[in-house]
Amino acid sequence: MTTAPTDSGDSYALETVEISKLFGAVKAVDELTISIPRKGMTSIVGPNGSGKSTLVNLLSGTLPLDGGIVIIDGVGLKVVKAHETPDHGLTRTFQEVRLFDQITVWDNIMVVLTSRKLFPAMLERTQSSHREKAQAILENVGMWDKRRALAMDLSYGQRKLLEIGRAMALDVDTYLFDEPFAGLFPQMLERVKEIMKGMRDEGRTIVFISHIMDIVREMSDHIIVLDSGKLLTAGEVEGVLNREEVIEAYLGA
Amino acid sequence: MELPIIGDIIRLSRDPKDSLRLSRSNLEFWVNLLIISWAVAFAIWQGVGFAITVGTVFAIWAILSVSLNLVVGFTGLLSVAHIGFFGIGAYAMAILTSDAAYEQLRTEAIPTLGWPFFAALPVSVGVAGLVAVVVGIAFNRFRDDIYVLVSFGFAVIAFNVFLNWRSLTRGAFGIHEIERPAIGGWVFDGELEFLALVLVSLAVVILIAWFLMTSSFGRVLTAIREDEQATEVFGYQVTHYKLAIWVISAMMAGLAGGLFGSWTTFVDPNSFVLMESILLVSIVILGGLATIWGSLLGAMAFVLLEEGMRFLPFLPSEFVGQGRQVVLGILLVVLMLFRPQGLVGRYKL
Repeated sequence: MTTAPTDSGDSYALETVEISKLFGAVKAVDELTISIPRKGMTSIVGPNGSGKSTLVNLLSGTLPLDGGIVIIDGVGLKVVKAHETPDHGLTRTFQEVRLFDQITVWDNIMVVLTSRKLFPAMLERTQSSHREKAQAILENVGMWDKRRALAMDLSYGQRKLLEIGRAMALDVDTYLFDEPFAGLFPQMLERVKEIMKGMRDEGRTIVFISHIMDIVREMSDHIIVLDSGKLLTAGEVEGVLNREEVIEAYLGA
Repeated sequence: MELPIIGDIIRLSRDPKDSLRLSRSNLEFWVNLLIISWAVAFAIWQGVGFAITVGTVFAIWAILSVSLNLVVGFTGLLSVAHIGFFGIGAYAMAILTSDAAYEQLRTEAIPTLGWPFFAALPVSVGVAGLVAVVVGIAFNRFRDDIYVLVSFGFAVIAFNVFLNWRSLTRGAFGIHEIERPAIGGWVFDGELEFLALVLVSLAVVILIAWFLMTSSFGRVLTAIREDEQATEVFGYQVTHYKLAIWVISAMMAGLAGGLFGSWTTFVDPNSFVLMESILLVSIVILGGLATIWGSLLGAMAFVLLEEGMRFLPFLPSEFVGQGRQVVLGILLVVLMLFRPQGLVGRYKL
């Protein structure tokens, strides 16, 4: 891990400096430099294949960087190690909803709450503080009744909720949600929106990817538009969404 | 510890009619009942001496299957390397304690150390653990089907070391006159005393396994089994967790090996061939992944099958060994078709 001093100060939760990711000859992310303001909601939009999910994977250490620097909470990293991201104050959900399928809903949350140190974890039994927190989270996402079910037996919407709950169990500053609204019924969709607004109101930084323009318009304070792995434009929502190049990128006109 | 049968029996005694109706569709209950009553009937039919022998074989296999289940069932690493650690434990015991003056060929002579059993047993455990650290660090890079292949490689290498490092293992001649346990002047040469010793060892292994698997550590292992990368995102250095359980499991196998060497008083490489490892994995899957009780049941079923086939009138004794493999193979195929979670398990590979 490389830690480099940065002059960007404290105004950004997340920044990247010319980060790249190649898949073969395809530049999924191409020397991308962005900055995500602290607090509030920032959405990442762009056509399919514009590098949104790859960007989230790079930020969270799920994919290794091919170049550039990621700055999380003022700390510059050339290599983002996934298991260190919670210490930097960041966590994420996955586009394809990656739960721990063959363990219970309850244990899916508990995994995130318990000790991360190897030997203390061997001796640690479930503590009442863990139980209370898990219960609060499960009630918040409306999964308390399902706590004994295996994660694999949940419906798609419930899986999405549980994954968001699992991320919430980690007490960090910045949450990356990869398509939290995709494939949800309207009722579920409202619920997810409420949960995310609640987190924002607590003063956390929420970053999400979405294709649903109405939600992007409604929810986000800032917006980042990607196209072919490059930054198309970024800024306040209304200004950006009315720009011609954004409309072009989406409609292909 | 999950002891489904006890709960079932209590319910049965309280309300026999209702419970009988309920458990008619409860396969787990019948499997438990079948295997346990089979074991009891077998012991009564064949007498105490035979029951003690079968019990000792069972306890050694049970230590192996419970410890392997920690790696295969709880952590999701399908390893066929386990027999290698079992062999290392057995050879450590043999080399340290054997009275090697016995029948030594000049070309195959090994040093006589003459350690007592209780000094050699921790070494069996420790050497298996040390080898596991080195092997585990290398294995941490692999997953899934590749993992099976590299663990296969380790089992083959271990066998060849036992066979060819003749200045240490006497190769194919094997090592005779391995020490039986003794405390002071009291030697455990009686089979019953030895059975007590292996059962105590099994109890210790079960206790450690249960304690670890119900801790936060155990929960993280199951998360690693389900999605290693997602587990990492939540701040866990999964390589450390995988290595830790791998070493603990190998040490338990080393313990089983030490006991086995002392019990048979003779080891040779043929006890540690790859096939035994595959049988072991079959027992774990047969009994049920990620359940300690299932591994005990699986080991019991396997030992009963093995010993029971000696008494089949139509089966010549020279086919018993192959016979048990055929039966186990068929059982495994049938089970995977109709009950992929094993006899009492809940999880699938």
